[in-house]
Amino acid sequence: METTRLIIVAVGGQGNLLASKVLGEAALATDIPVKMSEIHGMAQRGGVVESSMVFGPAQSTIISDGKADILVGFEPMETLRALGKCHGKTIVITNLSPLSPFTVTTGQGVYPEIREIQNLIREKTGKLITLNANALAEKAGNTMAVNMVLLGALISTRVLPLPLESVKQAIADKTRKAFVDVNLRAFNLGYEAAGKTG
Amino acid sequence: MHKLLGHQSGEKVFLLGNEAIARGAIEAGVAVATTYPGTPSSEISANFFDISRESDLYFEYSTNEKVALEVAAAAANSGVRSMCIMKHVGMNVAADALMTLAYLGVKGGLVILTADDPFMFSSQNEQDNRYYAKLAGLPMLEPSSVEEAAKMVGDAFDLSEALQEPVIFRTTTRINHSTGVVTIGDIKPPYSKGVFKKDPFNYVAVPAVSRNLHVKLLQNLEKAEALSEESIHNPVSGKGKCGIICNGVSWLYVADALKELDKEDQVTVLRIGFSNPMPKNKIVRFLEPLDKVLVVEEGEPFMEEAVKAMAQEAGLTLPIFGKSKELFSRLFELDPETVKNRMAAYFGFPVPARERLDLTDLPKLPQRPPSLCPGCSHRATFHVIKKAAGEQDFICATDIGCYTLGFFPPLSMGDFLICMGSSMGTGCGFSKVTGKKTVSIIGDSTFFHSGIPGLINAVFNNHNLTVVILDNGTTAMTGHQPHPGVDMVQQKLEGFNRISIEAMVRAAGVSHVSVIKPFRVSKSIETMKDALAYQGVSVVISQEICTLYAKGLNLKKQKPFYVTDKCKNHRNCIDELACPAFYLEAGRVKIDESLCVGCAVCAQVCPENAILPVKTS
Repeated sequence: METTRLIIVAVGGQGNLLASKVLGEAALATDIPVKMSEIHGMAQRGGVVESSMVFGPAQSTIISDGKADILVGFEPMETLRALGKCHGKTIVITNLSPLSPFTVTTGQGVYPEIREIQNLIREKTGKLITLNANALAEKAGNTMAVNMVLLGALISTRVLPLPLESVKQAIADKTRKAFVDVNLRAFNLGYEAAGKTG
Repeated sequence: MHKLLGHQSGEKVFLLGNEAIARGAIEAGVAVATTYPGTPSSEISANFFDISRESDLYFEYSTNEKVALEVAAAAANSGVRSMCIMKHVGMNVAADALMTLAYLGVKGGLVILTADDPFMFSSQNEQDNRYYAKLAGLPMLEPSSVEEAAKMVGDAFDLSEALQEPVIFRTTTRINHSTGVVTIGDIKPPYSKGVFKKDPFNYVAVPAVSRNLHVKLLQNLEKAEALSEESIHNPVSGKGKCGIICNGVSWLYVADALKELDKEDQVTVLRIGFSNPMPKNKIVRFLEPLDKVLVVEEGEPFMEEAVKAMAQEAGLTLPIFGKSKELFSRLFELDPETVKNRMAAYFGFPVPARERLDLTDLPKLPQRPPSLCPGCSHRATFHVIKKAAGEQDFICATDIGCYTLGFFPPLSMGDFLICMGSSMGTGCGFSKVTGKKTVSIIGDSTFFHSGIPGLINAVFNNHNLTVVILDNGTTAMTGHQPHPGVDMVQQKLEGFNRISIEAMVRAAGVSHVSVIKPFRVSKSIETMKDALAYQGVSVVISQEICTLYAKGLNLKKQKPFYVTDKCKNHRNCIDELACPAFYLEAGRVKIDESLCVGCAVCAQVCPENAILPVKTS
């Protein structure tokens, strides 16, 4: 079994830690070796939250620059910022819905054009899958389900050694009971949308 | 039932490092646990806090790390298995207790966990606390993975009891905040009723006693070294004439690198998990047949220098390297690729090509620093201080907590920070030598932690200082842990008392004390002006509950505001408050209603009164 390395980047509050927890549980349930590392000290203060997940025999829990096989970005500019983690064949999945940082509001920086972000990622990596996860989450019935939409998109690539059913089961088991239906709907919408753009 | 108690023995569970450590300690029968919260250690204590409410475990959030260690030291010397948890810099606070506790030793097992933070993800420095074990003369264990951490905690308790000494259990952020699959073990029922056998000539550290105790400590260290020689935590693996000595997470990177380089049959690896005292004989035996050795460790050359000294004593002249310009840095953390590449270069293996994307054409991306939350009371207090000071230039001695984030522009509140509680002492120093108005800002939890002695100093030595205590009713930064000023009844928790900050400040002899509600902006500014004008020590207590904490307790209803057409685009709201709920749309200020909680501070700042509450039907 080869090692597959996944980086998930998000802005605090977007729920990427829950998404990675679901993946970890799905791997555990199917006996796929899994390790994860996260930096979450500032999760609730609007900073960048990053999780690294390593599936397979490797022991390290962190991912060096240039070594991520998949990058999932919950916010387009943060996806671009994390590009250093990628190599020429990395599959990148990004939400296209921007969350402008406050430094832009105060005029300390300029948010890049979404088209430019996509072009740069497409040019440098193996494949780019884009979707408007916010719109799909809303369609599923909860704007907070962006994480589940992106999880669906990720699983649709089949790059992770995780069976579809085990991920759905983990969503059912590990997310709050009241949200399971919405979460699964969001997951399916992401899965289908990524299949179309891919 | 708490999720860490619900697991069955033999079950495989996906656990955060800190959860694994908490579970490991519970399995080992820990009966008393104490802490002052600090990232990256906080989740261990958070789990203990919850578990203590449904089991015999006694857990407390102590006022600071020194007190936490003293409580645990007494418990352990009454025969009860105890644990004291802190972040690395917390060890500096606890160090006074630690150094002499090592002389006294313990009866029941005492494990002192220090969570180091290489790269300073959430700390003011990246000190390497392995030196504390050396300095105190205490045994130290260091896990390499989440799985190992869960089991090693139990071994640390056994080791502590075998040696009758506290054991330092050192983790790094990549252990605490990594998640892995842990096999659950059996829970040993805690033995929680302590008996203290008086023995003052071994327990009261006066010079005559300590002279004997130091002899005992050195004897214990010899015993510890003998155990380190045989310890399963110092395993040797692989074969070949090249040698690697590593510890902690570095071992993971070494193991992956050897596999990727396909050199497992050419490199012998000694992993040091029992890292003080180091197993000298084992290390010399390890070195003897080797051609050259690489020491892979994050932080300081702790092992490298020790190994070089051992080699010198044994008359071995093989090259031993670790920290150097060409190899590993003392800065920040290691990563798998760096370790692989430096290893290959050092041993003369083909160095694998490292694929890196050319990112030189990326535009400069705006930063996304963490910021004070929408509706954070600290933002309001900072605004009040700045308005009250007006044109008067002042030095702002800041402290450790969420409010430290106020040093970012445009709030720019914070000119100097070194450690917990330092706003008080440094405020005294600045005001004395510069003669400038000095404002010390300190949070409620930090005030109790180490601010009080500094405040008393200011009063006694008659400094000219305005202290603003940001009382948001919780320890917000580390995840809303209680502190002595917290209303525990609000959390439906019984058996606690509450200490009034105002009474505390008055008892310290401060004569100019005022309390403000920072969301009432004009009134607060007037009060603040008065405090700033006072010659001597004035204290302003700014009371407003942490907005996140209030949300968690369902204490506040979100009442968002919006910007009406009356807005003339002065942008005082953005420029003075920098609340993340603001954004610009076609050059006009808007408020994100999903983020705005309704603190109404911006509505009071707007010169046109253009910001109004959203009408709810």
